[in-house]
Amino acid sequence: MTASPLLDVAGLNVRYGYVEAVRGISFSVAPGEILALIGANGAGKTSTLSALSGLTPATGRIAYRGTDISGLGAEKRSGLGIALTPEGRRVFPSLTVAENLLLGGAAHKGKHDPAAKREEMLSLFPILKERYHQRAGLLSGGEQQMLAIARSLMSAPDLLLLDEPSLGLAPQIVDQVFELIVKLNGTGLTILLVEQNASRALEIAHHALVLANGAVALSGKASDLLASPDIRAAYLSA
Amino acid sequence: MDLLLQHVINAVSLGGTYALLSLGLAIVFSIIGLINFAHGELMTAAGYTIFFMLAAGVSLPLAIVFAIVAVAILAMGIERVAFRPMRKADMTGLLITSFAMSMILQAFFQNAIGARPRAVAMPEALSGVVNLGSVHLGIIPLMSISITVVALVALNLFLKHTVMGITMRAAAEDIDVVRLLGLKAGRVVATSFAVSGVLAATAAFLWVAQRGSVDPLMGFVPVLKAFVATIVGGLGSLTGAVAGGMLLGIVEVLAQVVLPPSMVEFRDAFVLGFVILLLLVRPQGLLPAPTGRRS
Repeated sequence: MTASPLLDVAGLNVRYGYVEAVRGISFSVAPGEILALIGANGAGKTSTLSALSGLTPATGRIAYRGTDISGLGAEKRSGLGIALTPEGRRVFPSLTVAENLLLGGAAHKGKHDPAAKREEMLSLFPILKERYHQRAGLLSGGEQQMLAIARSLMSAPDLLLLDEPSLGLAPQIVDQVFELIVKLNGTGLTILLVEQNASRALEIAHHALVLANGAVALSGKASDLLASPDIRAAYLSA
Repeated sequence: MDLLLQHVINAVSLGGTYALLSLGLAIVFSIIGLINFAHGELMTAAGYTIFFMLAAGVSLPLAIVFAIVAVAILAMGIERVAFRPMRKADMTGLLITSFAMSMILQAFFQNAIGARPRAVAMPEALSGVVNLGSVHLGIIPLMSISITVVALVALNLFLKHTVMGITMRAAAEDIDVVRLLGLKAGRVVATSFAVSGVLAATAAFLWVAQRGSVDPLMGFVPVLKAFVATIVGGLGSLTGAVAGGMLLGIVEVLAQVVLPPSMVEFRDAFVLGFVILLLLVRPQGLLPAPTGRRS
């Protein structure tokens, strides 16, 4: 990576009581790239994203655009341009699609025009336009995922942390989600992608990090990892 | 027939007061998972505010507005001083804090104002009766119902059409995601307390208007009933709280009317017995809140 990184993580540690979920990992994300974070269940992927978003307390240094943000809470980090689309989508089920989107942009009015952003989202996700006044809880899994991503994008983030966006979705919806990630990245959005579906993630990522037991087992260019037979055998034969 | 109408008006009026109180409990519960037992003392504080304002010659509408504002501020103050430092504590810790807050305020009222009930001088006009042919309806229960309706409609508009209201509904489902979106969770919690204070003060006025006096323990019984109502309605559900409050008011008035005179003193036992039966059939309450989904 040549350009100065958008996100630079050094010695990140997350523990829940006596359990160390993430053990001193270091990595950086270059502006405009997709970095895939892969690994088995319980390897520490979700904990890492949650720590970066500010929801889960962690130790270590997290620098965003060269500034240490490790002391900031989730609200402040959102304001700086970091958005997390959490695992399991977590749309607000009793709120309508419109209300979910509204809340996505409500804290960021100074940064852009929420109405324009909403129109942008509705043209990017036409299905949300059809479902605009329905409760989010009534949407299908794929539609909820689209809504969750659109809600994150309402803050006009520079860095999107995407946690398991394809989890539990039908195969053709999974294709749509991956196409969308590539499309969003094409507009200049930097994406840190956590995926169970490791080979699919490596196909669209620029770089990748393989986590095992809370530590970095491997890192490198996604294409190299994808090509290496050892890695295929050890991590991608899901 | 006339008597029936009067009973219905009384039932809806009492049920409405319970509904306002249980809504206040439910709003705070839905967001931070705390049953605020100091809610009764918010009611008492509002009662005393109205008492002192009227004694000082302030007009009743102004006294009510003043009580609402003062108690909303008091509720936010309690949140700031007692609950916010405890936000990492478990359910038990929060519950004990709310009991402590309740007792501190009760002791304060007893020592600063006095333990004996104070008569509240309501304007003459309120004690009147509206005569519709052969039907005589008290002004206080009618006013009670109107105020309850206005409060419910206003709260509904607030929750549906303001960003803060929508954020509060979202926070009831998933407060972590609210924070992820950059919305200030602390402000949402503070607002929920303010809203609960407004509802407690409104209910306090209705209660005082009906009974004509204030004492340091005034809030205890109605809030206990309101707590029962939130359980009956489904803990954490706002529509459930209103339904539970209404139902409890209706059952109470019904028990008062149908029980033979020798049994009326056991009215609450019958009402609570009914609640137990209801919960045996529907343990989740009438209209439970959708359970928070976490992956």
